[in-house]
Amino acid sequence: MSAHADTHAHEDDHGHHHKETFVTKYIFSQDHKMIAKQYLVTGTIMGVIGVLMSMMFRMQIAWPEEPNVLFEALLGKWAPDGVMDADIYLALVTIHGTIMVFFVLTAGLSGTFSNLLIPLQIGARDMASGFLNMVSYWLFFLSSVIMVISLFVEAGPAAAGWTIYPPLSALPMAQGGSGMGMTLWLVSMAIFIASSLLGSLNYIVTVINLRTKGMSMTRLPLTIWAFFITAVIGVISFPVLLSAALLLIMDRSFGTSFFLSDIFIQGEVLHYQGGSPVLFEHLFWFLGHPEVYIVILPAMGLVSEIMASNSRKPIFGYRAMIASILAIAFLSTIVWGHHMFVSGMNPFLGSVFTFTTLLIAIPSAVKAFNWITTLWKGNLQMNPAMLFSIGFVSTFITGGLTGIILGDSALDINVHDTYFVVAHFHLVMGISALYGMFAGIYHWYPKMFGKMLNKNLGYIHFWITAVCAYGVFFPMHFIGMAGLPRRYYTNSNFPLFDDLANVNVIITIFALIGGAVQIVYLYNFFSSIFFGKKATQNPWKSTTLEWTAPVEHMHGNWPGEIPHVYRWAYDYSKPGHDVDFVPQNIPLKDGEEELQH
Amino acid sequence: MTALLTIIVLVFILIAIWQMVKIFDLAQAKNENSQVATDKDNTLNAYLMMGFLAFIYIITIVCLVKWGDLPLMSNSASAHGPTIDNLMVISMVIIFFVQTVTQFLLHYFAFKYKGEKGKKALFFADNNKLEAIWTIIPVIVLAGLIIYGLNTWINIMGVDESDDPLVVELYAQQFNWKARYAGADNTLGKANVRLIDIDRANILGIDEADPNAQDDVITTELHLPVGKPVLFKMRSQDVLHSAYMPHFRAQMNCVPGMITQFGFTPTVTTAEMRETPQMQEKVKRINNIRVENSKPLLAKGEEPLESYEFDYILLCNKICGKSHYNMQMKIVVETQEEYNAWIKEQKAFKNSLIN
Repeated sequence: MSAHADTHAHEDDHGHHHKETFVTKYIFSQDHKMIAKQYLVTGTIMGVIGVLMSMMFRMQIAWPEEPNVLFEALLGKWAPDGVMDADIYLALVTIHGTIMVFFVLTAGLSGTFSNLLIPLQIGARDMASGFLNMVSYWLFFLSSVIMVISLFVEAGPAAAGWTIYPPLSALPMAQGGSGMGMTLWLVSMAIFIASSLLGSLNYIVTVINLRTKGMSMTRLPLTIWAFFITAVIGVISFPVLLSAALLLIMDRSFGTSFFLSDIFIQGEVLHYQGGSPVLFEHLFWFLGHPEVYIVILPAMGLVSEIMASNSRKPIFGYRAMIASILAIAFLSTIVWGHHMFVSGMNPFLGSVFTFTTLLIAIPSAVKAFNWITTLWKGNLQMNPAMLFSIGFVSTFITGGLTGIILGDSALDINVHDTYFVVAHFHLVMGISALYGMFAGIYHWYPKMFGKMLNKNLGYIHFWITAVCAYGVFFPMHFIGMAGLPRRYYTNSNFPLFDDLANVNVIITIFALIGGAVQIVYLYNFFSSIFFGKKATQNPWKSTTLEWTAPVEHMHGNWPGEIPHVYRWAYDYSKPGHDVDFVPQNIPLKDGEEELQH
Repeated sequence: MTALLTIIVLVFILIAIWQMVKIFDLAQAKNENSQVATDKDNTLNAYLMMGFLAFIYIITIVCLVKWGDLPLMSNSASAHGPTIDNLMVISMVIIFFVQTVTQFLLHYFAFKYKGEKGKKALFFADNNKLEAIWTIIPVIVLAGLIIYGLNTWINIMGVDESDDPLVVELYAQQFNWKARYAGADNTLGKANVRLIDIDRANILGIDEADPNAQDDVITTELHLPVGKPVLFKMRSQDVLHSAYMPHFRAQMNCVPGMITQFGFTPTVTTAEMRETPQMQEKVKRINNIRVENSKPLLAKGEEPLESYEFDYILLCNKICGKSHYNMQMKIVVETQEEYNAWIKEQKAFKNSLIN
């Protein structure tokens, strides 16, 4: 009863709210839909920077130490006569990893879609705290700005790898990038973590408290389940990275020895005594591994939703999907040691982590089979979002399978830190999560901007990207199994690897084409905002609540009362109905039974 | 100038895309232009799905045929190597089987059940039997892999001191490797970076007062007698490094402030490895490439690339700074006699100091 009164109070508020200025509407907005768009645009800009960096270092790997006009134009003093410097190579690799993992696939993906979809799909007027939500975005923006500024410091940006293991990252004399560049990296990440925590707390509170009448947990779309659990993992693991970053700042600037001991560098012994770099690895990977699930779970949620809608079929095994999300979330926090099999950690611990790591394959397999079964006997609508979803399942399987090699400590000995690892994680979390993000953008663009994306450009975008993604990362497994280490500026000092040079050229060509075709997507994205075809209210004929809201954005999402929910989110092609979808806000017919899903 | 050119090219690309969009739109019937997939789109993309499946299979076969003679899946040169390789092959077979089947199902379903107007999908939301099947099968397969894997891991990592292994220290610094042999007593002298005295050439910080240290031998090449277990003790003086010896299926990080270890028994001498047909073919292939790459150098009047002869190597495999990509050490596996002759020529620690 009291919940009902609240709703009314909210509506009254909404009835005579203050007039919006440009600043409150577009910049310091507290509206979840605008914040979602801000996340998406910021993430896109960071993504362009991250991808450009990968293009550059791929060219260096394929044609080592050859002059390149692009390097000369973009890298300036770091590419004397157009030849890339070895220091900046490592910096590019480092910042590419940081930007893609955190700024694009964490904030850009989860930030965008959690913000957009949580209130709309659970039937809430907005996030639990619009103010915190705004603060969360602006902290993210600030951290992005600091990360970009760090690219311009005198001694170069952070270059110790995105994992920033000390002592390399702790000692400015160990490499140029460990000076001011690393300080800015750490500051940027600390702010990023604060942003992420505020966002996550908001998502959790909103999902738990603000679901509309009838929206029980087992009627939630899988997207919401994925965002909810992602936020929980984030809240558990991000603070640990924050502590690691703070301790590293202490070591760097205040002379403590948390991670450092017995160091002799450039002719002198440093005072550090008693710390251990392995401690940092533990702290880092306690976030670092859950982080890959923070990246992939939202993509899984989006894909589940899009697949069901475009197959015109319920998602297969709804409860098993939730159970596997929960299982993955639980296991994700107890597997971090598989990044450290050869770190000097006790081999017995290695055994434990092998065991827990390989267990993750079970819920992952369940999810993959459920997606495939969802397609079976469907009526598949091949919209670009659907193509990216199918692509997601494909790369997730290809990349995921090699996880059973890397998770096996005995096998990891020999492929650890080779290109095999690079191939594995790019397919399973990089490309897959990007596909999930693209799928989400193609599917919910009408909701975000009230316009449709051009589908033909979407098809071109998907097919060329899909071919290039395999062209880049599939051969990479093989050069990894041949023993080629990652993060090498050039392999020309090892004649042993000479016969792999042509593979690297092929990979780079695929990468350049794949990178270039993203221009098609960017064109589609930005031009459709202005010139796209006007969207109808429910263009994909979906069942979830966001498609019952008007196309034009408004504060509070729905004019009048919030829709009530009477069924789960997947009543597609349900027998006994004339249409092939029944939205969640349609009451059950007389005698109709809700599926015991 | 470059920037201007780049901008011009970008503008042209954008115009080209814009024109393409117009052509697409004109080619479409007016009422169809809702940007939602039509039956025609469904059919086209369904066929492309099958094409893509073929592409995945082809790229798999091409990679296997062209680059599948993986030196890391055969030709191991250590006693434990074949056990890792076996496990690798088993895992690979499982992976390729699952990959082939699941990719087929995924893409074939996407093709077979392409959308048509008026068709209704099957309302199939749940089936506990199916869920149980694809939970239990992975459980069984993974149980097997876990048991096999852990067994292999424990065997590799458990160093049996009763084998009386040859103790060798691997010492890492930016950006080179040193090896320290324990000498006749097979006990390494105590060491700490605080004892480093460059002026006296005590570069590894060995305790000059320790009696065990006197006969230690420091070298820049790693020589190992074949068939004898060797136990590596690893140290680093500055940042993390990783001692990666791919042919021996061996890797361990070198951590400042801590001693890590890894043990194995080399089983194939360098000379024997050079004689194997696989290696000869590989070396020939590499030398052809090097001859090819030398041509432009010769044209410029520079020295051609040296011809390659196989050697085992130790690489740094943990990012360690600017010259990480060139931090290597040659490993020579030889007979006990050859090893004895070589070690005798090396200077003992006490004689290498500058007084």
